[in-house]
Parts: sequence; C-alpha cells; structure tokens
Amino acid sequence: MAKGTIVAGVLAPHPPHLVYAENPPQNEPRAECGWETLRWGYERLRRSLAEIDYDSLVIFSPHWQTYVGTHFLGVPSFQSLSVDPIFPNLFRYHYDLKVDVALAETLEQHAREAGMVTKMMRNPDFRVDYGTIVSCHLTRPEWDKPIVSISSHRATQYFSADVMQGNMLKLGRATRAAIEASGKRVVLLASNSLSHRHFTSEADVPEDMSREHIYHHGQYLWDMKVIELMREGRSRELVELIPDFTEQAIAETDSGALTWMLSALDFPNYPAEVHGYGTVIGTGNAIVEWPHYRAGGAA
Amino acid sequence: MSDHPIVGGYLLPGLPHPLLASDQNEGWSRLRRAFDQVREDIRQSGADLILMYSTMWPSVIGHQIQADPEPTWTHVDELFHDLGSIPYKFRIDSDFAHAFNDACHARGLATRTVSYKGFPIDTGSVVCLKLANPDNFLPAVICSSNVYADRAETVVLGKAAVDALRESGKKAVAVVVGTLSNRLHQTWIDPKDDCIHSLKDQEWNQKILEFLEAGRLEDVAQLSRQIHAEARVHKVVNLKSFWWLSAVMGAHNLYKGKIYGYEAVYGTGSAVIGLQRAATAAQDLEFDEESPEQYRGDRNVLAPSLEARVEFDSGLPIGPGMGEED
Repeated sequence: MAKGTIVAGVLAPHPPHLVYAENPPQNEPRAECGWETLRWGYERLRRSLAEIDYDSLVIFSPHWQTYVGTHFLGVPSFQSLSVDPIFPNLFRYHYDLKVDVALAETLEQHAREAGMVTKMMRNPDFRVDYGTIVSCHLTRPEWDKPIVSISSHRATQYFSADVMQGNMLKLGRATRAAIEASGKRVVLLASNSLSHRHFTSEADVPEDMSREHIYHHGQYLWDMKVIELMREGRSRELVELIPDFTEQAIAETDSGALTWMLSALDFPNYPAEVHGYGTVIGTGNAIVEWPHYRAGGAA
Repeated sequence: MSDHPIVGGYLLPGLPHPLLASDQNEGWSRLRRAFDQVREDIRQSGADLILMYSTMWPSVIGHQIQADPEPTWTHVDELFHDLGSIPYKFRIDSDFAHAFNDACHARGLATRTVSYKGFPIDTGSVVCLKLANPDNFLPAVICSSNVYADRAETVVLGKAAVDALRESGKKAVAVVVGTLSNRLHQTWIDPKDDCIHSLKDQEWNQKILEFLEAGRLEDVAQLSRQIHAEARVHKVVNLKSFWWLSAVMGAHNLYKGKIYGYEAVYGTGSAVIGLQRAATAAQDLEFDEESPEQYRGDRNVLAPSLEARVEFDSGLPIGPGMGEED
C-alpha cells in the first residue's frame, strides 16, 4: 500500500451565514445576498481543490464540543436536519453525508496510542454538528467525498490555551501518522474563525451588509497579524502566538483546530494562499489554503 | 399568603446519566428518585407552567425562548452519546413564551422566540423535562443562557419573566437547569467509581447546599462570582443560575430549602434542590450588588470602533478620558 498523504490543509470557518447567503437547496431559509467576499473566497478554494485528487476530508470542528477526550464520527452515513442553535433563522439544513469510518478508526487508534483520551461516536441517531456541515458544504458542496469529523476537547476552558496547544500538537502528529498509514490522500479542514467576539443583536434583515464590520479594531489588528504570518510561511511562529491570540482576540483558536492542522502539516514554511477575509456578525474569518502537495510538503 | 406568581423554585442537574444510566451507579439512581419527588411536588404546586432557564443552552443573539408548541425529536448528547438516544415530545406554552419575549423587550433586553422543526433543545432541558415532567403534565417554557450576559442582564431577564407571569395571571415553578461544580473527570471512568472531581469542588458544593437548605437564596446569588472563580470551569463569563433564580423568586432569603439529592455525575456536583417561600429568614445579610430594573446594554469595556459606539452605545455615563477635563 502506498504511503498516505495530506494533500492540503485549509482554514475553513463555519459561519452559517455563508450557506444562508448562498441559497443551496438543502437550506430552508432564503437570502437576497450577503458576505460575498467570504463566499467568493470559498469559490476560489473550491477551484483550487478541484485540481487536486483526494479521497477524504478530515475536519476538526469547534462546534462538536466534548469535555472528556477527543471524539471521532464512527457511523458510515448520516441523514438528518441540522438547525443552528444560535442562528436558527438562517440555517436549517438537510444533510446527507458519508463518513470514512476506516480512516476515523485509524485516526482514533493513533491518537489513543499517543496517550490521548479518545472515543468513537457510534450512535446512529447522533446529529452532526453544524460547524462540520457548514465548512464541508462550503468546501465541497457536492458532498461526494467521505468525511471524518473530529471533536474539540475543551482543554482551553478546562485548563489553559497552553494545555490545549500541547494536546493539539500531539493530535496533529497522530493525524499525520494515521493518514500515512491509511494510504489515503486527505484534505484537512480547520473549521474555526479567527477573532470571535460577536455582536449580540442582529439586523432585521440579517444580510444587511451596512451593519457588518469587525466588533473591535483590536481584533482586526490581531487577525491581520495572524494572516501576515500565514502569508509569509511563518507557521511555527503563528502556533507559538496562538495562546495570546486566543486570549486577546477571544479567538476561536481556543478550539484547537488551527494548532492541530498546522501540526499535522508539520508547520509549513511556504506561503499560505489567503482566498478571502471578512467579518460575520463582528467575528473575523479567513479562508486560507496550504496547498501542501503542490508546495512539495512531506506528509 | 404571597401573591407572587412563582410558587416554587428548583435547581435540577442536566447530565443524562440519571435518565439513561441510573442502573450503573447508586448515586445516579438516587438522583433519579430525587427527580421523582420533584415531579410529585410540582404536580401539587398549583403551577400553570414550568419556567426553565437552562445553563446548558448557550445563545449569542441575546436570549432565546423556546416557543414551538410541540417540539419533537430524538436527542443524542454530544459527549455522552454512548449512553443512548432520548426521544421526546414536549408541551410548550407558546403564548407565554411570546408574552415573556415581549416583557423582555419592555425591559431593554435583546430576546427572541424560536419555533423551528428540529431545533436542538439542549441535553439539560431534555433530561429535566423527561424526569420532572415526563407526561407533559404542565406545559413548559425554556429560556437560553447568553454566553456574554453578566449579572445585570440576567437579573433583568428574571424580572421580565415575573412581569409576564403577572400580566398573564399564571403561576409557575421556576427551574434552573445546571450543576453546582461543573468539572467533569478528564478520563473515562467506571461508573461505580464516580466521585466529585476534587475536594475543593466538594467543599464549595457543601457550602452552597448548606446555604440553600437554610433558604439563603440571595446570599448564594451574591456569592456567584466567587463560586464561579472557585468551583466552575470558565466556559462562560459567570455562574448565572442563582442570579436568575433569585430575580424570578425574589431577591431575599425568605425561603425554606430542601435538598432532594446531591451526587457526583461524572465528577460534577449534581444536586436536586427545591426552594419554597417562608415566613421568616434564617439569615438576612447585607447585599453587595444592585438590583437593576432596566437593561441598558453592556458596558463598552472593549471600546468598539466609533460607528459601533453610536449603534451599540449603552447610554451609561462614561468618565473623562486621560488628559480630559472632568
């Protein structure tokens, strides 16, 4: 069996607003427009990934929040309705997805053997979290690739961002080893926003873009700093900054998604491709691709 | 005889073990029996509805109020999915949900009702309604807990609920869904080995139980910030359970408390507690924190950019900046 490969890593945030604004047939609410710079960014990402041959998407979702250990989806398929608990007016999505259970089991085994607390999710009634669904839809709306979803163990809340970092560096290494052992070609998705302070009120017309901007200038400065490091290939420096970024920009990197992905990619030193940046209800969101295979990254 | 529309208050724990796995641990089984007692007490209370505030339902756009008259789903907990599935069909007092929402707006709160097929009702609300109101004897209304809300917003939320009850002429039992200490074990345990996560958590839990058994609800509410710092995982800005409960029941210590049960559930301090109005207070102390009537927005600690300040300014008086004249 050929050695498996991570062909790309993507920062793929999950605001349900982007699916809402796109009006796919799976989503019940209808929109006029909205958040185009981010949606066009996802379109650029799709065109880029269309040039790459891969077998599965592995996604780390901040909205599957597990307070004991890291969990992996382990049921072959799911078909249900996802209603966003925060924005039910925008996201009521009928999903039908396949899971790469063999790959999920390999990932879980490697994480467990690395000393992590893990669990496979085997309940067929389980409702897949909306973060997984939004990021996967926006990355690959055809839903023709099986996915693996990894939960976010809330070590930042339980201990500190530094403890989270330690765990995610370990999970990233285990992910890389598991993918190599699987023989598969995989795209990784880190499904998190950057700065993550929301407005607590919403416009009567949610897609009224005259209301959309960053919550606070300090968040914008942090987002730009982080993106600069991505664009310059300084991913080790970025990972070292994540605890400070998480605390000062209330960033969704608290989930561990970005640290996990950069660790799995073995800290790329080539420039990442920023497909788009924009705000959603005050939070900062960037769509960023590390085209690992094309850049000659070893995985 | 009090004419207050809240005829009883309860703190109920929301982890699924007493519902789905009570046979695996004696403590979980005792908690289930405690729920059974609460169920009977609620039936005898004369209440028209169950008014719930769930700390396990986070929201961002203000607070959300469940208004679907008959939400129906099969729920699976995102963490304890291996315990099984929970099919449910609840009876919600949709009219009161809308009245509560209107009362919140009148007090300056950002709230909205939600009524969507398949809306994900949180594990805590599902567990508590299944155990304390299994046959939908009373209709319920469930309110979320806003992740950014602090004391003022939470207190006003409670007062708005009382406004709506007075306006409607209905009586309610108030239920907070939440634990005392909320730290879970960080490894998989054998159910029979369950215990409170740490001695520190246990000691704080005992202190809270001692106060509530003596009816000192407002004293516990005033201690919330310290309890949050000492015995809670910092998922949200503060422990808000007792702020809300004292706001809806009355911010004083004129209660008699009953501890129906207190057990470890996967490390957390899970207690079933009831409070009834009493003629005399065990203690009545001086309180440190104000009791706001209107919500006037967040203090702009983060100082949003200029246009946001205009749009979201709280209206609170702001002192002079550095170098400015007072």
